[in-house]
Amino acid sequence: MAKITLDNLAHSYLPSPKGEDDFALKELNHDWADGEAYALLGASGCGKSTLLNIISGLLHPSQGRILFDDVDVTHASTADRNIAQVFQFPVVYDTMTVRDNLAFPLKNRGARPQYIADRVQQIAQMIGMEAELGKRARGLTADAKQKISLGRGMVREDVNALLFDEPLTVIDPHMKWELRTQLKSLHHEFGHTMIYVTHDQTEALTFADKVVVMYDGRVVQIGTPQELFERPEHTFVGYFIGSPGMNVIPAAIDGQMANIHGATVALPQAYDALDGKVEIGVRPEFVTLTEGEGLPVKVRRVEDVGRHKIVRADLFGSEINIVAGEDTSISPDMTRVTFDPAHVNVYVNDWRRAGKAA
Amino acid sequence: MEKTVNQKAWFLVLPVLVLVAFSAVIPLMTVVNYSVQDTFGNNQFFWTGLEWFEEMLRDDRMWDALGRQLMFSGIILLIQIPLGVFIALNMPKSGFWVSFCLVVMSLPLLIPWNVVGTIWQIFGRVDIGLLGHTLAAIGVDYNYTSDPFAAWVTIIVMDVWHWTSLVALLAYAGLKSIPDAYYQAAKIDQASRWAVFRYIELPKMMGVLMIAILLRFMDSFMIYTEPFVVTGGGPGSTTTMLSIDLVKMALGQFDLGPAAAFSIMYFLTILLISWVFYTVMTNLEKREG
Amino acid sequence: MTLELRNVSKVVGGQTHIFPTDLTLNKGTMNVLLGPTLSGKTSFMRLMAGLDKPTTGQIFWQGQDVTGMRVQDRQVAMVYQQFINYPTMTVYDNIASPMRLLGKSRAEIDASVRKAADLMQLSPLLDRKPLELSGGQQQRCALARALVKDAGLVLLDEPLANLDYKLREELRVEIPKIFEEAGSIFVYATTEPEEALLLGGSTAALFEGRVTQFGPTPTVYRQPVDATTARVFSDPPMNFLRVSKTGSKIMFGDGQSAPAMGPMEGLADGRYLAGFRPNHVEITSHANGAMAFDTKLVVTELTGSETFVHLDHHGERWVGLVHGVHDLELGAALKVYLDPRHVYIFGEGGELVAPASYALAA
Repeated sequence: MAKITLDNLAHSYLPSPKGEDDFALKELNHDWADGEAYALLGASGCGKSTLLNIISGLLHPSQGRILFDDVDVTHASTADRNIAQVFQFPVVYDTMTVRDNLAFPLKNRGARPQYIADRVQQIAQMIGMEAELGKRARGLTADAKQKISLGRGMVREDVNALLFDEPLTVIDPHMKWELRTQLKSLHHEFGHTMIYVTHDQTEALTFADKVVVMYDGRVVQIGTPQELFERPEHTFVGYFIGSPGMNVIPAAIDGQMANIHGATVALPQAYDALDGKVEIGVRPEFVTLTEGEGLPVKVRRVEDVGRHKIVRADLFGSEINIVAGEDTSISPDMTRVTFDPAHVNVYVNDWRRAGKAA
Repeated sequence: MEKTVNQKAWFLVLPVLVLVAFSAVIPLMTVVNYSVQDTFGNNQFFWTGLEWFEEMLRDDRMWDALGRQLMFSGIILLIQIPLGVFIALNMPKSGFWVSFCLVVMSLPLLIPWNVVGTIWQIFGRVDIGLLGHTLAAIGVDYNYTSDPFAAWVTIIVMDVWHWTSLVALLAYAGLKSIPDAYYQAAKIDQASRWAVFRYIELPKMMGVLMIAILLRFMDSFMIYTEPFVVTGGGPGSTTTMLSIDLVKMALGQFDLGPAAAFSIMYFLTILLISWVFYTVMTNLEKREG
Repeated sequence: MTLELRNVSKVVGGQTHIFPTDLTLNKGTMNVLLGPTLSGKTSFMRLMAGLDKPTTGQIFWQGQDVTGMRVQDRQVAMVYQQFINYPTMTVYDNIASPMRLLGKSRAEIDASVRKAADLMQLSPLLDRKPLELSGGQQQRCALARALVKDAGLVLLDEPLANLDYKLREELRVEIPKIFEEAGSIFVYATTEPEEALLLGGSTAALFEGRVTQFGPTPTVYRQPVDATTARVFSDPPMNFLRVSKTGSKIMFGDGQSAPAMGPMEGLADGRYLAGFRPNHVEITSHANGAMAFDTKLVVTELTGSETFVHLDHHGERWVGLVHGVHDLELGAALKVYLDPRHVYIFGEGGELVAPASYALAA
């Protein structure tokens, strides 16, 4: 278990990078607490796998340092950093049994046979594979193999961090559920520092204590799932988290009111004059369809998703999504929307701006 | 996945069938014919049944040749397979040198076989051959025409030089298909280089290696041109392999009957061993699931 | 334009991949094949396309028997999970290829290609090769190629499964649009119930080679004919509980009972299986008449605005999806509430005997 510090860290795959665009990972300065579960969330190509590989030592950063518990490990080898990594597709030693697979890292370090046997038994119990210890790894299902990968990572007691690179990609949808829950339980029981890379918001939000949202090589926001949901610091976070994502509407701000093509919306705080691209962001969960008051919209489609309904509408030419409860009936008379003032955020040039309490 | 059955495909195969029948099946039948008959000359044949086969099985000369052949194939495999794998492990996987290495490795395979024999025949000569002359100069008593041991060493080294590349290239292809993540996981597990080889590389190469072993075995068991050009089967009969013996019998002594019987048995032996190999291979694959 | 499957089955090497099925798909409809992996979705599609011949039964297209017809002779277009495009041709050539094979004129081809590219937002990328495009763009190219044929039957086999989560969402919104434009029969295979719900149309729930139910999507969702369909069409999986009916009450165990009202009234006394969806489990407020259950909290998962609660109820695992963010103590006792209106009653054999009354109202 270790605290991980990123000091001025950046990485470019090109030998002589000239501008910011040449960097796959732009400058980062962060402290990640010991024993917490983090998720690196972002679209493909945003730099999350690069960051994970720098942490694990499979890649050396072209700039900056990385420290484990204040010890500089930037140029330390993977083995010396004492981390474990679970890859996208299951990596198991096919010719060995499950028991030998789990014992492998300990054997390589020359641990005592009795210790190895005890530890393997313990880990097998944790991942629920005690019955399969004697079986050959080759014939097992994908999720069993991933569990073995996970077990092999945890078998070393002094492991600093567990890293996961989109580990549920090859798992059947109905098994994904079980594995996710198991990871969560394991984290609660043993308190390892865990870092989980994914592009799936559900996986990220359900797994992590804190989610690191990445976009274009930059960390855009770090926060609890609730913070990311209620106060996205960047329009990308608003868009990426939540299904459907946050509605972003261009507006003119005047004091504590936002003006959208003549219609007004109340804001939770007051603002001075703002420069640049000004927008308000409000999640579909906080938009209500009404018959009388609010901004005029034209409902184009209603999608029944079972536990709620998604209404896709048109507001002054741009798309707006509304989430309505399962039992709400959508009548053709509902031609207006209101926003919950407490959950309207103001964005200037894509970054959230806090106002003054009125 | 089932493909829709289309009988028309058989028409495409027909020309090939005709060709194979003409060039292989019918001549083979001729051999079978000879093997069960004898002649007093003047094209008069009479049936002898399995007499030739029995005589062959009692023939010491044939058993000696078989023994030499097995030893030869055995040594070849023992050298070429590990050597080929070793070379493959050390060939670069990416970058500029890859193409260069691949070309260099392929060169020995492209040389016509009798030219290979000729090269080594001259190379090993004590008077004008580079190898022979150098060895004599440093005092090694090397003469492949009179010393059986030297003859054996020569033809073995020649075969290794000629064919190891095949094993190396096949093993290389097998290695390249291993995803990077396995090596990364091994690094994380602090596996030694030997463990990486034993638990990751070898199992993944197994399928390809099986093919390499099968090919090398078959080819070495049937070997003719190269040793014949270098030693002619000599000195005496110390390097007379099965095929050389067979040719001597058939074309040298014109003993068609025994030669035909010999051929059939030779053919069946190779077929049997290949079939055993194939079964072992597919069983391994089945277990892989 | 109808596609009709009559008593179609598929047996391969002694194993039944598809049990004898009757299915009719009408013109201009979106049909979803929903089921877990290996439930027969791909087998069905291959039969519909003509890539495989059924072991028994016949397939009728517009009234004509096409069972033995080769796939090339049918008007079918198919899109796969792996973005399949011709790697050496440009996007333009890729989209044009089906038309070229049909021998259309250059002008016609050009017009159709541009129209399809426009619809899939590929117009600026027509000169690129597929490998230069992102995953989402490659799949759009494959979709455009399927559309341009104007085929009567368009088959999509989990086309969004290999894409990033957000990309999947975006393309999912576009697919109904192209569907509306095309007017053909669409068949879309997926493992995710949410996709089925978002696409609308009709859904066929599949399980182990059998179509358990086929009908308008909201109906199959709200009124499943049996427990298997209910399980297939639920993510997270539906919770089950053994109950018994005595007189005018249904006993739920734990001393909880509910008056047998509405559809449950007419049931004979006996033992049944009750099913309820995770999103109907409440932990804070509850309606009048809701039953309370004592459970132990195993683990919670927060998704920003909702929480998944994993519960242990006398050894049985339940999942609840509740609103709001609740950071609860693990291992603690938790009371959960369930409104009887949300309960489905299934017979011992799995067949639905009483649908949830809320579903009938909707």
